[in-house]
Amino acid sequence: MRWMWIDRVVELVPRERLVAVKHVSLAEEHLHDHFPAVAADDGSILRPAMPVMPMSLIVEGMAQTGGILVGHAEDFREKVILAKVSKATLEQDALPGCTLRYTAVIKSFSEMGASILGTIEMAEPEANGSPSFETVGSIELIFSHLDRNMAGVAYPEHNFVFGEGFKTLLRTSGVLS
Amino acid sequence: MQRDEIFEKVRDVLVEALAVDEDEVTPEATIFGDLGAESIDMLDIGFQLEQAFGFKIEQGEMFPEGVTSDPDMVQDGKVTEAGLTMLRERAPHINTAALEADPRLEKVREIFTVDALVSFVERKLAA
Repeated sequence: MRWMWIDRVVELVPRERLVAVKHVSLAEEHLHDHFPAVAADDGSILRPAMPVMPMSLIVEGMAQTGGILVGHAEDFREKVILAKVSKATLEQDALPGCTLRYTAVIKSFSEMGASILGTIEMAEPEANGSPSFETVGSIELIFSHLDRNMAGVAYPEHNFVFGEGFKTLLRTSGVLS
Repeated sequence: MQRDEIFEKVRDVLVEALAVDEDEVTPEATIFGDLGAESIDMLDIGFQLEQAFGFKIEQGEMFPEGVTSDPDMVQDGKVTEAGLTMLRERAPHINTAALEADPRLEKVREIFTVDALVSFVERKLAA
């Protein structure tokens, strides 16, 4: 099973940009481990739990967003892997209940891979009206077309990168029929 | 574009792509050794050079691929005459003199210097 870090693709302009959203939920186990409460020997709480979505998983969410955009450009024939996180900044913690919006834009594309400029926006839940997004970070990523950059290394024929997890996401998002 | 102007732009790309300090990027510095690049960084450097100078770079154009895995190019841990000829033909921007003097395989990475990258850009712009 693939751990998916985006819930839905909401916009796709082929070979240009892809927008995806992720709803951060307290039902996700990782939030309970990041960060748990710290207790003293007598059981008293020194620091209460502070559930925050880890930055590394936000980078993964952006990588999945960008990876789909890059993969879609060649009709998912290439095995697209994240090769490098060139830059990553995040100015605000993502707390349970918030929505993250990832926008990936292709900066460069070649037969060898692609570079992506990613923007992270976040919206707090609203009691009334639509949530409003504000930019909280940016990420630059390099993706490699695996079979074209590993001279002499043979990988399986089937595209193990875009497996069932991705296909399900793409179907529920209306990208694949 | 003058060579020193090309050098400055190449230096900016390397500082950005490899997170090195400006003063580390000297003409003699080797990309893989002194500046610590890994093979995947070449993709990043290639993309950034394309954007900085406005040309397209083909796969293996900056640094020929497959040299080390080709038995005609490498024998007994040394680059053969055929390998040296291939490097001179496919990468005229790289000075192979040091490899001719010492053709051990591990020396291949040392001939790819900042100066070679500047020559590569200079040739691309002149083409």
